[in-house]
Amino acid sequence: MTAENLAEMEEVAGPGEILEVSMGPHHPSTHGVFRMDVRLDGEKVVRLKPVFGYLHRNHEKIAEKGAYLASIPYTDRLDYLCSMTNNWGYVLAVEKLAGLAVPERAEYLRVIVAELTRFQNHAGLVGFLLQDMGASGTPLMYAFREREKILDLFESLSGARMMCNYMRFGGLRVDATPAWLEEVKQLVGRLPRFVDEFEALLRGNEILMARTQGTGVLSRELAINAGVTGPMLRATGVNYDVRKVDHYGVYDRFSFRVPLGDHGDVYDRYMMRILEMRETVKILEQALRGIPGGPVMDPKVRLRGLRPKAGEAYGRIESPKGELGFFLISDGTGNPYRYRVRPPSMINLTVLEDMCLGQNVADVVITLGSVDIVLGEVDR
Amino acid sequence: MSGAPAVVPALPAVEEIKARIEAAVAGAQVAIIQNGSPSAQHSMVLDHAHARAVAEFLRDDSALRLDFCSLVTAVDWLDAETSEKVKVKKMVAGPDGVEQEQEVDEVRKTKTPGYLEAVYHLFSMEKKHGPVVLRLRTANRSDGTHVPSLTPVWRSAEFQEREAFDLYGIVFDGHPDLRRILMWDGFVDHPMRKDYVPPADDILETRAAEVRS
Repeated sequence: MTAENLAEMEEVAGPGEILEVSMGPHHPSTHGVFRMDVRLDGEKVVRLKPVFGYLHRNHEKIAEKGAYLASIPYTDRLDYLCSMTNNWGYVLAVEKLAGLAVPERAEYLRVIVAELTRFQNHAGLVGFLLQDMGASGTPLMYAFREREKILDLFESLSGARMMCNYMRFGGLRVDATPAWLEEVKQLVGRLPRFVDEFEALLRGNEILMARTQGTGVLSRELAINAGVTGPMLRATGVNYDVRKVDHYGVYDRFSFRVPLGDHGDVYDRYMMRILEMRETVKILEQALRGIPGGPVMDPKVRLRGLRPKAGEAYGRIESPKGELGFFLISDGTGNPYRYRVRPPSMINLTVLEDMCLGQNVADVVITLGSVDIVLGEVDR
Repeated sequence: MSGAPAVVPALPAVEEIKARIEAAVAGAQVAIIQNGSPSAQHSMVLDHAHARAVAEFLRDDSALRLDFCSLVTAVDWLDAETSEKVKVKKMVAGPDGVEQEQEVDEVRKTKTPGYLEAVYHLFSMEKKHGPVVLRLRTANRSDGTHVPSLTPVWRSAEFQEREAFDLYGIVFDGHPDLRRILMWDGFVDHPMRKDYVPPADDILETRAAEVRS
């Protein structure tokens, strides 16, 4: 931004009335190393430019130099809270590129781990949002208590709590034991009570209502045009969920609803997460009932030394943060010629300035919190 | 946008979309690129002069309604040299010194100049179909790296075009705020290009070499 713009702003606000604040990169509310260059007129935001790149490691270049298999553990580190869904997005794109089939049991297990991931992500997000609003500790610890149980399940399944590295193109790395499935069943039985408790704790809170309703409003038209996806899009009332649109995996076999908001403000975005947690429980119950036996890996798939025919494919899934896609170009060799991640966190930030203009600076924090970003994915 | 449509209208084939574009936008040149992978996501290369008009048509056309530009990215295609063996008839001196016509193998080299390519994946939130893949190609990889920006049509391209500019060096004409996004402002070169050479920044090794000498 040039000096003339500053002069223009000062003409409206008065000389010396515009204050420039650099929020971040080390600021607890940015959830990582992220910076916002904010210009303020008193308390009001008149300009906001996000600055990225602090965590940039050129993930795509590294993936282009390695074999197809070698990138799977690297995708864990994109959105490091949701490694299972990152794995799925990538293996789905490779399966599209190479035309691979997945055994049915593996498809069910993918749904189970992905929905558990969605649950712990949404619970964590609501906890963090409350934390940003000044409800120090308690709501976040409620969320983390449940998240911990899910991470324990991931650990006993894949060996790692967060960097799961669990999926493979053509199936999964290891099968789940009956005891593990029984444990998931028991946990899922307890989750609705947690959601009830969590929601009651927050919904009756007058301060929360006052802070979130009407804050950070995003219009439907802008959300579509700016490519906003995930709960943030659905909070504006647009019915678009990749699970319902593409029916990837076995999502067409489960009955669940897509919650929709109306106002597109922070409150709606937060309610989307609560309602999606409830739908997630429904999907988990159905998947646990319907999971068939059989192998979890197609034995014909060559994991090492996969060489897809020359061509390209774009595969996408509904990650907890929005549409996570992978675009791959193969030139017939053992490593992708082009590997590209469509990061929902980053693209959802396109409208951050539009949502924050005219708001108080304190509301920038909760508006950013309601977008749900993870910097590992934004910066790649 | 409430109420779930029971039947999802199928996306027309890429040939039909091409025909519709050419009927709607006078003078637009569209070339179809076939995709050999099982995904069968074929794409269309647009000419620079009509790219904006074609994009607006695709977004606003009542049958297509490609209102959601999901993915914008770039691909670097290096200068390629392909060699093929050709049989050529030539007059060759035989063992007795008399020239005779013989078939001789000759290697012919053809150079195809490289280019950078911006790729757009379009979907429709209203009709729930996609993807339609668009490609814009630069003239070369050195001084002619301009393509028209589609950010005025789809805001979602704003950060992604900046990223393609930053990492590949494609200049998007008409972009409202074309700056580096992931690398810092003082950085030169474009690290995602295929021929990028990272600087020798192994400080420890350099120090060790200094100590030894």
